[in-house]
Amino acid sequence: MDNTVIEIQDAVVSYREDVALQGVSLEVKKGEFIGIIGPNGAGKTTLLTVINGLGKLVHGQVRVLGSRLDGKRGGSLRKRIGYVAQVENIDPRLPINVRETVMVGCYGRLGLFHRPTRTHWETVDKVLEMVGIAHLSQRPIGHLSGGEYQRAAIARALVQQPEIFLLDEPTASIDQKAQHEILSLIQLVHREYRMTTLFVTHDLRTLPPICQRLILMKDGRIWQQGSPESTLREEVLSQLYGAPISIPTEIASSFHSSQ
Amino acid sequence: MDLSVLQYHFMQNAILAGLFGGITCSVVGVFVVTMHLSFIGVCIAHAAFAGALLGLWLGFSPLIGALLFSLGSTAIIGPVADRGELNPDTSIGIVFSLMLGLAFLFMGLMPGARTEALSLFWGSILTVTQQDLIFLAAVTGVIVGLVVAFYKEIQAVICHRGVALAVGIPATIVFYGLLFSTGVTITASLQTIGGLLIYSLILNPAAAAYQLTYSLKKMLLIAVAFGVVSCWAGLAASYLLDIPSGAAIVITSAIIFGLATVFSPKRKVKGWRQVPPAG
Repeated sequence: MDNTVIEIQDAVVSYREDVALQGVSLEVKKGEFIGIIGPNGAGKTTLLTVINGLGKLVHGQVRVLGSRLDGKRGGSLRKRIGYVAQVENIDPRLPINVRETVMVGCYGRLGLFHRPTRTHWETVDKVLEMVGIAHLSQRPIGHLSGGEYQRAAIARALVQQPEIFLLDEPTASIDQKAQHEILSLIQLVHREYRMTTLFVTHDLRTLPPICQRLILMKDGRIWQQGSPESTLREEVLSQLYGAPISIPTEIASSFHSSQ
Repeated sequence: MDLSVLQYHFMQNAILAGLFGGITCSVVGVFVVTMHLSFIGVCIAHAAFAGALLGLWLGFSPLIGALLFSLGSTAIIGPVADRGELNPDTSIGIVFSLMLGLAFLFMGLMPGARTEALSLFWGSILTVTQQDLIFLAAVTGVIVGLVVAFYKEIQAVICHRGVALAVGIPATIVFYGLLFSTGVTITASLQTIGGLLIYSLILNPAAAAYQLTYSLKKMLLIAVAFGVVSCWAGLAASYLLDIPSGAAIVITSAIIFGLATVFSPKRKVKGWRQVPPAG
């Protein structure tokens, strides 16, 4: 039985003169945890937006969860895809609290004219408990720290009950302690729910050791891909980033011990 | 205080116009303020004004002209601001100045006395007609109905538009719906409040409510209360002090905004205390 959940063929995405993706092809199997690394401007975020239908293809095709992505199906497929972006600047006066923000994750699946029930709110409270911010549920969303905000974003994606989980630099712009906690949470979530997960980062130190496959991107192309053992090598990464890269021992050993 | 004035039909109409105008302007004001789209709203208001003047000049209903121009400008500004093809401030500024230029052009081309055209500048809540009132009441009913029916989608889009899109909410349709609602509201209130003043009634009550609460539902209710109070207090001031009603309404709403800002609990962010979780 074919358990491919994402199938991208020769995808090209262009923003005016800039070609963000140049003929990318990729297959992802159900339950895989994939790390996507590469320098800034490599096309990592664009690859994620192609998967959730927000990136506009100028060539190629994408099939997600058995359906070909096009303008009409994008909305209904996005209900089944959780997306966590990097910490954004939020107006501290925004009139919405953490619990309501997390509930937004349910709204796509709920559909128009349906209101959240007590069960939905109970699910939200349970997920807030799981991500460790139940005590902040009534706090205005704009008052959270970067780490707390990312926990809320992960909670929002989880209440969506997604089949695919896309994480776009979720640990960028937050301190090291919060980075560590978010990475632990992401790995816990993967072990618990076994969702197909794609994790984008430009920072090797924030690559979760749970990654089963690494995709190395450069100049809008998949430059190399393979197991962490075969790709996390100093000569490979130095070529990828165009600068000498040394892999800290703890990162190399964390990948070996997690396999 | 002599309340006998309330028995006059024109005053009853004015009170109702203040009620409906206060409600609908404040509700769309909450969208505009929360999404930080104040300049877009100002631009739509001036487009409606230019459209109404075109109607007066060419002899068709100013309401239809205002509606066409406000919706047309929304259709131009929305995508420009949305796609980032041009700097939004620059492009909206160009549309805004164009609309103002057209308004003065239509006014200049109008033959004879321009009393009706001038009244569109500052409105006239005391001469509101039955037809204007019915249109305003209908628009208020539709806007409030839409907010009730699509509250969760509106909340998601105005607070987290990118997230709303990512979870499968038709965020773009909701966003344009909110902009078009602003255009229709401005059109319906043009006769009452006036083209130059209408935007203050949209912005001030909502901006005042924004200072006072972190709950969108409460913000809507507070903004509506402030909007209606501004209209009624302005109307009373207009009657008692014999000053233009539109100006009195707008100044009242600005005073309410000033007071809300001074007493805003949000100015004391460090003093925020966690509220125990509900349930």
